[in-house]
Amino acid sequence: MMSDDNTIGAMALTELPDRKGFLKPHRIILMAIAAVLVFCAAWFMRWDWLPEYGWRLAQGVGVTLLMLFSTCILGFLFAVPLGLVQVTGPWPLKMLARGFCTIIRGTPLLLQLWLLYYGLGSLFPQFPAIRQSFLWPYLREAWPYGVAALTMSFAAYEGEVMRGAFAGVPAGELEAGRAYGMSRWTVFRRIWLPRAIHRALPTLNGETVLQLKATPLVATITVIDVYAVVSKIRQMTYLTYEPLLLLALIYLCLTAILVVAFRALENKIPTRGA
Amino acid sequence: MKTALKTIALAAVIGLAGISGAMAEQLKVGFAAEPYPPFAAPDASGNWEGWEVDFMKALCAEAKLDCVITPVAWDGIIPALTTKKIDMIIGSMSITAERLKTIDFSDKYYNTPTGIIGPKGEDFDATPEKLAGKTIGVQVATVHQAYANKYFGEAGATIKEYQTQDEANNDLAAGRLDAVQADAIALGAFLDSDQGKDCCELKGNVKDDPDILGAGVGVGLRQGETELKEKINAAIKAIRSNGTYDEFSKKYFDFDIYGG
Amino acid sequence: MAADTASLINWSLLALEPPGWGGVLLAGLLNSIKIAIGGYSLGLILGTGGAFGKLYGGPVLKDLLEVYTTLVRAVPELVLILLLYYAGTDLLNQLMTAIGYGPVDISGLAAGIFVIGIVQGAYSTEVLRGAIKAVPAGQIEAARAFGMSPGQIMRRVTLPAMLPHAIPGLSNLWLISTKDTALLAVVGFSELTLVTRQAAGSTKAYLLFFCAAGALYLALTLVSNVIIRLIEARARRGMAAPA
Repeated sequence: MMSDDNTIGAMALTELPDRKGFLKPHRIILMAIAAVLVFCAAWFMRWDWLPEYGWRLAQGVGVTLLMLFSTCILGFLFAVPLGLVQVTGPWPLKMLARGFCTIIRGTPLLLQLWLLYYGLGSLFPQFPAIRQSFLWPYLREAWPYGVAALTMSFAAYEGEVMRGAFAGVPAGELEAGRAYGMSRWTVFRRIWLPRAIHRALPTLNGETVLQLKATPLVATITVIDVYAVVSKIRQMTYLTYEPLLLLALIYLCLTAILVVAFRALENKIPTRGA
Repeated sequence: MKTALKTIALAAVIGLAGISGAMAEQLKVGFAAEPYPPFAAPDASGNWEGWEVDFMKALCAEAKLDCVITPVAWDGIIPALTTKKIDMIIGSMSITAERLKTIDFSDKYYNTPTGIIGPKGEDFDATPEKLAGKTIGVQVATVHQAYANKYFGEAGATIKEYQTQDEANNDLAAGRLDAVQADAIALGAFLDSDQGKDCCELKGNVKDDPDILGAGVGVGLRQGETELKEKINAAIKAIRSNGTYDEFSKKYFDFDIYGG
Repeated sequence: MAADTASLINWSLLALEPPGWGGVLLAGLLNSIKIAIGGYSLGLILGTGGAFGKLYGGPVLKDLLEVYTTLVRAVPELVLILLLYYAGTDLLNQLMTAIGYGPVDISGLAAGIFVIGIVQGAYSTEVLRGAIKAVPAGQIEAARAFGMSPGQIMRRVTLPAMLPHAIPGLSNLWLISTKDTALLAVVGFSELTLVTRQAAGSTKAYLLFFCAAGALYLALTLVSNVIIRLIEARARRGMAAPA
């Protein structure tokens, strides 16, 4: 549990550098060098394609963010029962939840995505009933598969966190609830769940950044997110580096915004006794 | 604890050993890392086979070059060439003005029309009017992508771009696409396969636009490597005139793939 | 249609000998493991250097390392892999040409190891930095009081004392690196995920091959977990049981 937190922090940016004491003599020199590098990049590289694709890039960022937030929210909703049954559920459910988490966490997301999109896609011609069903207009599109794969991935990783969080709520608090005459459901609703979510919150920041870092994979199944737009620019302009550098910059900004937003959110939630 | 550290150090040395690449005189020929029958596809033993593989072998034997097949992702094959990951491209790449701004080409080694396929029982042909409102699959970074976007996209069709031709075909069979535009021969191979036979048929060839569709398929080369280019052009001419070209082409096609 | 339904569970496609694609898949798995081991080891070297640099280095080194780990932790692996795959080897070649060696031939394997190594390097820098900080300062002061040189302190005290703290994080990173190798499929490197996609495309048995590859990855993870548990038990000898 603790080690998981450490690894998330090591893989996802969760804090921005301190503003206090930022300006030191050597930093000014470093920033000057950085400015020269940026200037060289702007001057010697080709950026004339930017205005032409600006609107499409913005749309791509929109799709990326939509993918990110929808799958994080859906994934978290699935993670709560996944964590809960692993702590308290009957053994068949426990095994099922544990198996799900192990399989999703033990295989690459890219493979899961292709399994869902192309694997299921190859099944459709054999079942004409699917094509006649009301779901078909959605099954034809690529994004439902992207959302499904990303949601399952987030649910599996966050499910592990929730398992630890449910298990970590002190037994005394639950007993106190029972002593007040609360029913099992009330104890769960009023004490166990809020306390577990509260304990899991610090990892949410890192997990969300990791999820952002996973979203470009959906471009490989024809969803047009910002990564796909940049791939298209690369093919249209035959430029190798410039679009990729811009893409890295876009993701850097998105991550920074997420980190700032989470910090603002954390400051609003009282952490006494956590 | 010491043994653990030693293990880590040993593993690190093994890792670094992989980095020291040997100086090579081999020419790395970039193939798109995907099944693209009948031109190039990996078989179950991991070898590549197909018409373009035979063409490469004949070409390199004629030009006395030591060639080795290097699979690269199709959508990154031109950057791979310019950053010297590969030395030439034999990947059914059409010679277009747009590509000539970045790389160079040998003379053409084959030329085929561009076709549109669709599900059986649906009545449309390869004209922008009939394809309006339909979803057309193309492979990214191909002349077909550019053509479909210009002629069909403008006329109201949705263009869906796939990393490999094979995946576009698969999605057509799965019913996710209404049509696929690609090289007529590659589409023919799909229509002959079990999957293609059941679902789809040729709807027609598109109206030619040499500006976009190019003037045949050539070997992609880095700009400025004239010596290699001349060697390859001479070799293409030689295998065309000494019958080698026709000999291996006969194994795959019952018509002249070189084109007019 | 009956033929298609049969092909879904046509196990002979997985046979190890050529009509089946099993051998190709295993060769792909071997490539994935090679890259994972190489990239992970390279990452450990970079990470050890990075962690000590971040904790004990000069201000400029500290800042540069901070930029490195920040960039890698904020940008998707897929984008980094594309950038490093093209730019990294391109720069290396230009450097070698500038020195006068002429372009080096970088194999796909070496490029893959390099790319995964750089990404893993940033992650392990952070893991190891946390582990080193968990070593009680008194132990290091004691070593200094004994008159040990900084090199001796690192070798005899800091590294061995931090290992138990680092092992859980480092084992997670190993699992990550085995899964990150799949991303090299996007640049066309013949590792397990790409050969699976090729096999699936050639035979049209998509479900069968993707499930088979999933089973191989899962087996790799589960075997790794067993080994990790053994290492963990060994490293924690003589320590209190984890809370």
